Amino acid sequence: MNKSIMIVGVGGQGTLLASRILGSALLDCGYDVKVSEVHGMSQRGGSVVTYVRFGESVASPIIEKGEADIILAFEQLEAARWLEYLKPDGKIIVNTQKMDPMPVVMGAAEYPEGVIEALKASGADVAELDALPMAVEAGTAKAVNVVLIGAMAKNMAFVEKETWIKALKESVPPKFLELNLKAFEMGYNI
Amino acid sequence: MKLLLGNEAVARGLYEAGCRVVSSYPGTPSTEVTEFAATYDEIFSEWAPNEKVACEVAFGASVAGARSFCAMKHVGLNVAADPLFTASYTGVNAGMVILVADDPGMHSSQNEQDSRHYAMGSKTMMLEPSDSAECLDYTKRAFELSEKFDTPVIIRLTTRVAHSRSVAPLADRVDNGLKEYTKNPQKYVMVPANAKGKHVVVEQRILDQIAYCEKEAVDNGLNKVEYNSKKIGVITSGICYQYAKEALGENASYLKLGCVYPLPVDLIKSFAAECETVYVLEELDDYIETHCRKHGVNVIGKDAFTLQGEYSQSLIAKVILGKETETLKTDVNIVPRPPVLCAGCPHRGLFYALKQLNVTVSGDIGCYTLGFAQPLGMIDTVLCMGASVSALHGRNAANPENAKKSVAVIGDSTFIHSGVTGLINIAYNATDSVVIILDNSITGMTGHQQNPTTGKNIKGEPANAVSLEALAKAVGIQNVIVVDPYNLAETKEGIKQALEADGPAVVISRRPCALLKTVKHNPPLKVNKDKCKSCKMCMKIGCPAISMKDGKAEIDFTQCLGCNVCSQLCKFGAIE
Repeated sequence: MNKSIMIVGVGGQGTLLASRILGSALLDCGYDVKVSEVHGMSQRGGSVVTYVRFGESVASPIIEKGEADIILAFEQLEAARWLEYLKPDGKIIVNTQKMDPMPVVMGAAEYPEGVIEALKASGADVAELDALPMAVEAGTAKAVNVVLIGAMAKNMAFVEKETWIKALKESVPPKFLELNLKAFEMGYNI
Repeated sequence: MKLLLGNEAVARGLYEAGCRVVSSYPGTPSTEVTEFAATYDEIFSEWAPNEKVACEVAFGASVAGARSFCAMKHVGLNVAADPLFTASYTGVNAGMVILVADDPGMHSSQNEQDSRHYAMGSKTMMLEPSDSAECLDYTKRAFELSEKFDTPVIIRLTTRVAHSRSVAPLADRVDNGLKEYTKNPQKYVMVPANAKGKHVVVEQRILDQIAYCEKEAVDNGLNKVEYNSKKIGVITSGICYQYAKEALGENASYLKLGCVYPLPVDLIKSFAAECETVYVLEELDDYIETHCRKHGVNVIGKDAFTLQGEYSQSLIAKVILGKETETLKTDVNIVPRPPVLCAGCPHRGLFYALKQLNVTVSGDIGCYTLGFAQPLGMIDTVLCMGASVSALHGRNAANPENAKKSVAVIGDSTFIHSGVTGLINIAYNATDSVVIILDNSITGMTGHQQNPTTGKNIKGEPANAVSLEALAKAVGIQNVIVVDPYNLAETKEGIKQALEADGPAVVISRRPCALLKTVKHNPPLKVNKDKCKSCKMCMKIGCPAISMKDGKAEIDFTQCLGCNVCSQLCKFGAIE
């Protein structure tokens, strides 16, 4: 049975790198893998989504409403935006960080309150964490994506921890490896 | 086996096929093909000023005996259409392959055109892969077919194929060296007398290609027939094949067309005759469907599906099987999150200055297109690459009074692509037009490609840099003003001078893209909450790093690059 994971966030948060690490770890486990990315205009601070599908043989690279086994959300509002894509018995891992979209910045809309509670009320299995302070502690706010990969790794017990670390090593520049390993551990160990 | 991006797999195919020359202009979703091609030392790779140049470079290389290639997005093929239509007549010496990447759903494009019409219009063979393994394989096949049929061959991707990663097997490079060039005006000089002869050849070539598509292409797997349950038959190509397989699995039979121009006739008829109900699954236009109907094959296509946007496994399952998916719901008010100019983007200061001057803005294609969005809202028209400059001239020709209150904005790369010709027109046909070149030292929107103004080539090596000032003067624009868009007063003053002066003017708004790794940033700014009077002046520039928290402005330290544009707006000196 094929599995589907969505990584959602705000352009610039590093969702692409996260999906590459995930894809590489799954390939290493012997699965057929397809990853669908978004490039171009929507990367400029817009809502971005990456699909990762794996299993014995994967045809479509995209995930549709009600099809995701796991959603890894880099931001609260993005978690709510993409919730419809989760299977009713799926799991959503949410970074509690809030980033105001432009209508909120301009005062044309308000950032919604109680997003995490609403996600839980929908019946979804919600795991929340505050990844930004962890990333800062690991060395840079930019490592939020790797903290979140760590948190997801914990929820994917069928992939060995060493496999994740190998994928991480292949995907980040050597001079940032130590920092990223620390960020991964922080997400993994919560 | 390796997990390759579709575009990366095409580049690998170029390498393995012994391709020697690659020339492209960047355009989402095609850009990475050429970036990856440039990582192979065996291939001469370059960013050309535009797609027409790129296609002609590939033509020249092919005639000279090198397997050659150019890549572009769908609208880029409009620019390259001129060489394409006649290269179809001349044919090739060594194989020549043109990649075009369509963008159904318009993830990053200004229209949703279907490039398959170009294959039919130019009578050029077109292949369409459905995943990365096929991207690699079809690229190699494309060169073979190009040489077999003496024609350029087009590879058509769509965004989901270009930007998806899937596994692909790798092989070694086979380079057969340069083919000999023999002078042959009947073949390569397209004057009417010769072209008449070549048109006959082209029409015969299509018949030969159709015969190939009926039989040989089936034997070698380019066109594939898969019989499962015959209650449902699916005729499809590209990504829709993958969606159909996901949605219908073995509950349907498939005719997967790897070659979408020309299309087979007998193959389609015999497949359709085997199946109870036949669907054509294709994104955008009813291209295959129309072909089927023309040949009397009864199919269900756009009546049940759509001419707009992307298909998906769930759309197919819903239409064909009546299957709906269960979803979770929340009552959260989902505020939209449109793309915005990045924090620290030099375009922001320029658009704010334009807003203060209250001018009409003729826009163009690039990151700065986002200047249309609120709260800046400073672009009036966007059409295609280069149109900002020519359309401004038209606006001012229609009513010379417009010239004092309107400008064009165009990026450095877009200006070189096709803005310079419009500027020559302004100088030659004399309107008092003001063209602002947003020189951020890179091609931004497509992800930081070098261009003829940056002083570096595709490999990052030093290269000739076009001087925009000298170029403007050379075409006849005497009034050239350079401003720094991080300095709001200077920028506003510079544009004002240009508008007030007699004669046309070029303003160069110069500041490198804030995301460039070579750009050093100031530390993030902070709001002194005691000084902040909550006037929201700093919010008028639409910076994603600034928000209101508990009635006071706040700057997100993770995003702020210390550009100081907001601090110039604060009358109370609260931004430090």
